[in-house]
Amino acid sequence: MPTPNTLFDKVWDAHVIRHIDDGPDVFFIDRHFIHEVTSPVAFLGLEGRNAPVLFSERTFATADHNTPTLNQHLPVADPLSANQLDALERNSAKYHISHWGLGHQKNGIVHVVGPENGITLPGMTIVCGDSHTSTHGAFGAIAFGIGTSEVEMVLATQCIMQPKPKKMRISVNGTLGKGVVPKDVALYIISQISASGATGYFVEYAGDVFRTMSMEGRMTVCNMSIEMGARGGMVAPDQTTLAYLKGRDLAPQGEAWDKLVPYWESLKTDDGATFDVDMTFDAAAIEPQITYGTNPGMGTGVTRQIPTAADQADGDASYQKSLAYMGFAENESMIGKPIDFVFLGSCTNGRIEDFRAFASIVKGRRKADNVTAWLVPGSHIVESQIKAEGILDVLTEAGFALRQPGCSACLAMNEDKIPAGKYAVSTSNRNFEGRQGPGARTLLASPLVAAAAAVTGVVTDPREFLN
Amino acid sequence: MAYDNFTILRSTAVPMPIENVDTDQIIPARFLKATERKGFGDNLFRDWRYNTDGSPKADFVLNDPTYSGKILVGGKNFGSGSSREHAAWAIYDYGFRCVVSSFFADIFKGNSLNIGILPVQVSPEFLERIFAAIEADPATELEVNLPEQTITLLTTGESETFAINGYKKNNLLNGYDDIDYLLSMKDEIVQFADARPF
Repeated sequence: MPTPNTLFDKVWDAHVIRHIDDGPDVFFIDRHFIHEVTSPVAFLGLEGRNAPVLFSERTFATADHNTPTLNQHLPVADPLSANQLDALERNSAKYHISHWGLGHQKNGIVHVVGPENGITLPGMTIVCGDSHTSTHGAFGAIAFGIGTSEVEMVLATQCIMQPKPKKMRISVNGTLGKGVVPKDVALYIISQISASGATGYFVEYAGDVFRTMSMEGRMTVCNMSIEMGARGGMVAPDQTTLAYLKGRDLAPQGEAWDKLVPYWESLKTDDGATFDVDMTFDAAAIEPQITYGTNPGMGTGVTRQIPTAADQADGDASYQKSLAYMGFAENESMIGKPIDFVFLGSCTNGRIEDFRAFASIVKGRRKADNVTAWLVPGSHIVESQIKAEGILDVLTEAGFALRQPGCSACLAMNEDKIPAGKYAVSTSNRNFEGRQGPGARTLLASPLVAAAAAVTGVVTDPREFLN
Repeated sequence: MAYDNFTILRSTAVPMPIENVDTDQIIPARFLKATERKGFGDNLFRDWRYNTDGSPKADFVLNDPTYSGKILVGGKNFGSGSSREHAAWAIYDYGFRCVVSSFFADIFKGNSLNIGILPVQVSPEFLERIFAAIEADPATELEVNLPEQTITLLTTGESETFAINGYKKNNLLNGYDDIDYLLSMKDEIVQFADARPF
């Protein structure tokens, strides 16, 4: 009998070219995504060394972080953003890298377009100069964010030098309640283990809840792995995974696909394999979540009160600083808090399923007058689906407008900035101070909670609107 | 990009006893629009350091002339969030060569090592001792000794060892970077790539 092995070990070990004693592994990267913000200095470094890109066909470029979400047919107004977008286009052309720039029909957020075009496959290693690269782990890939020095490394050598992380398994068993969606699962786990609870670990998500979850949902949860400090998270590939990928433009076709299926089916944690940390949660304990503080671990059930500092692992001073920034106090109820903005989008919740969920609540209702809503699809493909499924009509009738794809207000590098002091219910991934604009106050939540807030103008339990 | 090698650093330190300092605080996203690596130190901790009109916030530690030095001491879970290497560039460009905390986020730690900043992880107790010592006397000097892997409060002689893998230590001591190493094994990499199923 071979030693039982974890999914993570199987994929990791298959990519180690050399192990350095008392050092990192020389780790081979199958797919590399680049965008306009973290790649320019890497290309400068490459030029400085006079080194070529070793495998240009393994790198894919898309513009997303600072792109406008209105009038994308016009020249980009901000000269600094335009300069980065030009640099991405120029560098991609120079080194023969596939480039989906602004206006390209496949353009969109890197972690949305990779999977939807079949670039992401089970068993791969995938990196990008963006911490939410963990998204691709939903397919049973090892995927994680890297810095710009490592972007240069991958361009030059298709490898990085990476110490192997420890292993954590997070199982969620049972059935999720009404109105509880994958984003709630992620926010709940982070609220339980804190924003640094998985630092140093790579997570495998297991149990009933993930087995029955859609690929969009798995992507949402894996995406948020970094928000608990984990480098990445993964879900073992299964029929849901293969059904999602089969026939996608850049996925292997025909015989090439068939040959890979047995390998992909072997990618699961063997019975008896062990983890450094193994924890289990009960799905029934999870309710729709919302955050009240300035890191993603500061979240709770939407019907709950803001915890007291005494209940927090973090020091009192940091906790009070956080609540002061938010303009909240201990023991206040979250329900009924007035909000100003709603942001539906990002690599966390900018996929078709998220727009379906949002539409399911706003259908037949009206956007609250006090709310400004920014609805930003993750890609042009998502945008087309929204139109094809009639969701756009539902949104329009309820007083909402759709913007064009990009990272948008998630990190507010473009014009989509939440004004200082304003409250935004956001489906994105980070509620850090100033993340959505200087002084902006972010409440992270699911598309359902965002939709309920959008029609009432206050924090609302979405279950009130569900039958 | 080449960096100054790191051996033994003796310096006063700047205390920032705040937990979960994320990379959006270290450098907000709107300052990531350069296509060259220069000038990031000007925007280090931008929104904690300056008012919206650009005037310095008097109560922020980097604006307090009492504190200076090449060592930044932060609360636990330092550098969480975004993978932006710009955060490490900003810290380096400002003049810090070492960051001390009781716990670092993974990506920030890796980025720091790759550009020549030494992240020193100490015990929570020792971190408290450092904060207390600096509060008592801002002229308190720390010695960070990479060859010996020790960090010492020079006023009292209290000392702790810290971990770093041998490979990265050697890189920092000599100013080497990973790409030189990887390029030296290019043939092996190409052979490996040829055998990949995708």
